[in-house]
Amino acid sequence: MKPFQGKTLSWQLLDGAIELLLDRAPCNEIGSATLGELEQFVMALSGSQTDAHALIISSARTEGFCAGADLRELYRESQKLPANLRASQLRSFIERTHRVMNFLDAAPLTTIAAVHGVTFGGGFELALTCDLMIADKMARFCFPELRLGLIPGFGGIPRLKRDLGNAVVRDLLLTGRSINATKAQAIGLVSQIVAEGDALHVARSTAAQLKKFDRKTAIAAKKFIKPIPSDELRHEIEIFCELFARPAVEAGLRKFVESKDALPYLP
Amino acid sequence: MRTLENTTSEVLELAASHFNVPREQLRPDDDFFKKLGINSLQALDLLTHLENHFHIELPDYELQGVSDFRTLAERIQSRL
Repeated sequence: MKPFQGKTLSWQLLDGAIELLLDRAPCNEIGSATLGELEQFVMALSGSQTDAHALIISSARTEGFCAGADLRELYRESQKLPANLRASQLRSFIERTHRVMNFLDAAPLTTIAAVHGVTFGGGFELALTCDLMIADKMARFCFPELRLGLIPGFGGIPRLKRDLGNAVVRDLLLTGRSINATKAQAIGLVSQIVAEGDALHVARSTAAQLKKFDRKTAIAAKKFIKPIPSDELRHEIEIFCELFARPAVEAGLRKFVESKDALPYLP
Repeated sequence: MRTLENTTSEVLELAASHFNVPREQLRPDDDFFKKLGINSLQALDLLTHLENHFHIELPDYELQGVSDFRTLAERIQSRL
């Protein structure tokens, strides 16, 4: 698989592991540019005969792994269209994102999210597609969508339900609070907590361990223990699109866009 | 058992150390956003440091409307 350097991310093969590095200021917000390059990654990976046994997703931004969907772009682009076309544009974006997330979720290699700092919303959802999560001690996880009148729209709820107890999912979703890496590990979300700045390094040594095992066996095991919640994922798209059309959401997004703060919906 | 005074002092120390501000410049009634020159993202970093230091969980919605160190320390104290 050839290395790639894009505007929002890059990838390379290193010691048998593909490293996908997110790098879009300010905090890897997922908008059309990132989505486009993630789609390119999916195409490159599915079209290659790579011997890679692992995929590590990490971030080059000091602020964190990923702060979620690019809400500012989402709002601006929707405002450019007449009201009757906004819904179809949103649906198209969400469905494309789901295709990328679904591919990563079922990818035929062991996937590792090496996270630090802000891992919120769509960024949290991206990390949840991975088989393992390694977090540095400053990582924080959050589904803030309810604060904006939405639910996570990139497959987060079905994936979180797959991995954790329902009470924990309700807590995160309904309170919209962020939790630190210690809490995330205690509830079973994060497999290892490491020193600040060390997530990628530890992900690489974990990938080196995975290299010892037969890849076909690992893929079979992963397929066996990690079902893709397809029906729920499709249902989530419907709920998200329905909620997004509400005037209260538009108002919330406008307030978000007009604020100068990085995460204006937080205290 | 920590007193509120101890807790407040530790909060000020941590904030000074993490954001490279001289400790003597920070007072309990200071607005930490303005005094430290931080935004909400950096406030989360401070929250993580505080949670790790005091071994507590402090939901960020409890910090709604909190902008001074003293009130922040009170919120932490109630979790000790």
